[in-house]
Amino acid sequence: MRTAVSRLELLQPRSVREALRMLRDEGPLVPLAGCTDVYVGLNFGTLSAKRFIDLWPLDEMRAIRSTGGVLSIGALATYTELIRSPLVARRLPILAAAAREIGGVQIQNRGTLGGNVANGSPAGDSLPVLAVAEAMLVLSSAAETRRVPFNSFFSGYRKSVLRLDEIIAAIEVPRVDGRQWFRKVGTRAAQAISKVVLAGIRSDRPRIALGSVAPTVIRLPKTEGALASGAPIEEARRVLEGEIRPIDDLRSTAEYRRRVSANLLERFWRDTAG
Amino acid sequence: MQAPPMKRLLDVLREECGLTGTKEGCGEGECGACTVLLDGMPVNSCLIPFAQAQGSVVTTIEGLEGRHPLQDAFVVEGGAQCGICTPGMILAAAAIPRGATLDEIRLGLAGNICRCTGYTSIYRAIEKARSRRHR
Repeated sequence: MRTAVSRLELLQPRSVREALRMLRDEGPLVPLAGCTDVYVGLNFGTLSAKRFIDLWPLDEMRAIRSTGGVLSIGALATYTELIRSPLVARRLPILAAAAREIGGVQIQNRGTLGGNVANGSPAGDSLPVLAVAEAMLVLSSAAETRRVPFNSFFSGYRKSVLRLDEIIAAIEVPRVDGRQWFRKVGTRAAQAISKVVLAGIRSDRPRIALGSVAPTVIRLPKTEGALASGAPIEEARRVLEGEIRPIDDLRSTAEYRRRVSANLLERFWRDTAG
Repeated sequence: MQAPPMKRLLDVLREECGLTGTKEGCGEGECGACTVLLDGMPVNSCLIPFAQAQGSVVTTIEGLEGRHPLQDAFVVEGGAQCGICTPGMILAAAAIPRGATLDEIRLGLAGNICRCTGYTSIYRAIEKARSRRHR
């Protein structure tokens, strides 16, 4: 490991309340959940943070429940827990589908939904699902709890409106009507970072979100509008190709991503027809 | 056991406990060579701080004591060649439920990479160990 562990400090709160107090009084601190992203940075010496706070033992942030029509997922719910949850299977099966394609079983046992959001990678596989589901993020600090729409959370590449003294406490998903669809395209089925990932919901207000084609996960309002107005799929494809801003990187090329994104749109529309 | 709270579970096992059966491959959760069972669940020990393993039961390859049916089956079926992925493979396989189909076995091992065997002999070993009645 390229980071000297003896110089790293870890605060270990016993409750969410204590954690929030520590973040207020003893910050800045990097919150730890399942560590599947943080330790990649520590192992390669690319993470400069020296002070951390361990949220993993705080079971109060792990529950998945349904209250008043809202599916509430604790930020510490792991991918394995999402895959096994009957509530998720019933309400938002594409979230379980996304969780199944993240890493292998070892990552699924530790990686958390809150961590995927906080890490903010444009390739985060659960993020397009939360975008089309129009999830709300419950952000807690010692001073207040506020709710921020997932679709206004990211402000740029790996940047968000989360304040230094705040944590993502839960993800709330309102009732989702319509047919849900999810597809990840990577080099192999498991353990691959996405080249392109698309989540869609087909209803009278079609919703589409893409990952890995812009600095953040994005919704495609113009493409959604074209589909809602009954435009032919060929036209929707052209609108989509103009709406995304993919880049060339080590996983893929912009041209490939543009073509595949349009193909996924067409597949989504065909699979959810009728 | 005393160790810095942010020390990787992998390094605590190898350096503090002297249990060098757990291997480091990629150091980023891609290869699964460092897989151990934490309270019975496969995890990558290169991605876990010591603090998060405290109070948990950690099972390494040494904990199977060379007597697990999977270990025997890996030997008989040629499921190991260079051997560096083998401890992680066996521990990931140990968490796959009895009676799993080949697809389920492949899914259970999706987080473990082997560059020698082409996997076929590994799957065969697991199917064999899993189909046999044992303790």
